[in-house]
Amino acid sequence: PPHWSPGTTIMAVEFDGGVVMGADSRTTTGAYIANRVTDKLTPIHERIFCCRSGSAADTQAIADSVTYQLGFHSIELDEPPQVQTAANLFKEMCYRYREELMAGIIVAGWDKRRGGQVYTVPVGGMMTRQPVSVGGSGSTYIYGYVDSNYRTGMSREECLQFTAKALSLAMERDGSSGGVVRLAVISEQGVDRQVILGNQLPRFSAA
Amino acid sequence: MALSNVLELPASGFNFENSARNAVLEDVLGDGKTKTPKPMKTGTTIAGVVYKDGVVLGADTRATSSEVVADKMCAKIHYIAPNIYCCGAGTAADTEKTTDLLSSNLTIFSMNSSRNPRVIMAVSILQDMLFRYHGQIGAFLILGGVDFTGSHLYSVGPYGSVNEVPYLAMGSGDHAAMGILEDGFKPRLELDEAKTLVCSAIHAGIMSDLGSGSNVDLCVITRQGVDYIRPYQESEFKDQRQGRYKYKPGTTPILRENVEPVEVEVMQETVQKMDTA
Repeated sequence: PPHWSPGTTIMAVEFDGGVVMGADSRTTTGAYIANRVTDKLTPIHERIFCCRSGSAADTQAIADSVTYQLGFHSIELDEPPQVQTAANLFKEMCYRYREELMAGIIVAGWDKRRGGQVYTVPVGGMMTRQPVSVGGSGSTYIYGYVDSNYRTGMSREECLQFTAKALSLAMERDGSSGGVVRLAVISEQGVDRQVILGNQLPRFSAA
Repeated sequence: MALSNVLELPASGFNFENSARNAVLEDVLGDGKTKTPKPMKTGTTIAGVVYKDGVVLGADTRATSSEVVADKMCAKIHYIAPNIYCCGAGTAADTEKTTDLLSSNLTIFSMNSSRNPRVIMAVSILQDMLFRYHGQIGAFLILGGVDFTGSHLYSVGPYGSVNEVPYLAMGSGDHAAMGILEDGFKPRLELDEAKTLVCSAIHAGIMSDLGSGSNVDLCVITRQGVDYIRPYQESEFKDQRQGRYKYKPGTTPILRENVEPVEVEVMQETVQKMDTA
């Protein structure tokens, strides 16, 4: 069915003290760009965000449901929830309803027990922790770049540069990704959101 | 055979009896040549723009049933709440009923809480309902309104996806309208600029899309109130009626009058007590 789907590029990276998350901003219905300034980085809790790819309707509904469940759980616990809990809630929903849903989600955030964490919940409902994770239709073009350029122990600034460059490369090659780059840095201090407009994106010489 | 005085509650969920009937009719009537009529779609151009003091919504007024114009002056900007209006594209019946249901629910909320509903509430209710029906309800909606948090414009798709944007066009004429909006939109427009922009956008849809036509309706929503301008701009291709089609009473002469009372016997009488405590 021709429903709205973000053909997307999403990414998240762990660093010591937090995570950097990034996404493009294009939502397509077939060949038409229905929204060129989409925000695919969705807050789930104060220091936990998710990157959404797949069907817009499905991922919005799942994110809303998990936000509710996590908020309730956090109130019962009387302390901020763990990122692993959020990831598990996503996994439960995505796996149970795997036949009906089309959702690829990256959950990332900071909690005081394990610091910055990135968990990926791809289509099908598997869940695993990764230091770097990419997703969406544009991710296939940047596995090589990510695998060769990622190093452990990168700083916050280096992670931001790394994410911005990776997303730009993917947006250059993938027709279903584009627009602006939205970034979010989550740490103990809180969340810092940025936008890199089209003309400010890093450029790579290719003739 | 059910008794006529037993209350039959309709079964829940969608009722597909007519689809079965249509399939049988197609078989029996045409050897595949007769097709049952398609549901009325609005084949539309709708647009919305957030300006300095509020939101301007616009729509064309043509409703089509396949290639025939079913309604030349249909109203596509639906009332949701005193501060929220909604433009609908897609299947006419679905947009009509969905917006009606939303409006009723929000009225009940208003009565319970003595406040005007917020735009985000309307959006959340719509999103929840449309997602539950998995796209079976063909409603492509542009919701605009002003509440104490500010002016908002949202698009809601039939599968339940929501986007908040400063300007937007939907319907079959959306490509033409979007071109005008992308070219002319600036943040914090003045009222007249916003109205002209939306009107041009709808006009582009009317000119370039066969499914859109007739007049342009506008709806301006601000903190102070709502200005529903219907029509804002009339089609320059309106036809002139050649004659009068109404007949005065007495046009047909009465030749003869004969009154015959009909004899009716009371066969059965049942009294059902109603508890009005």
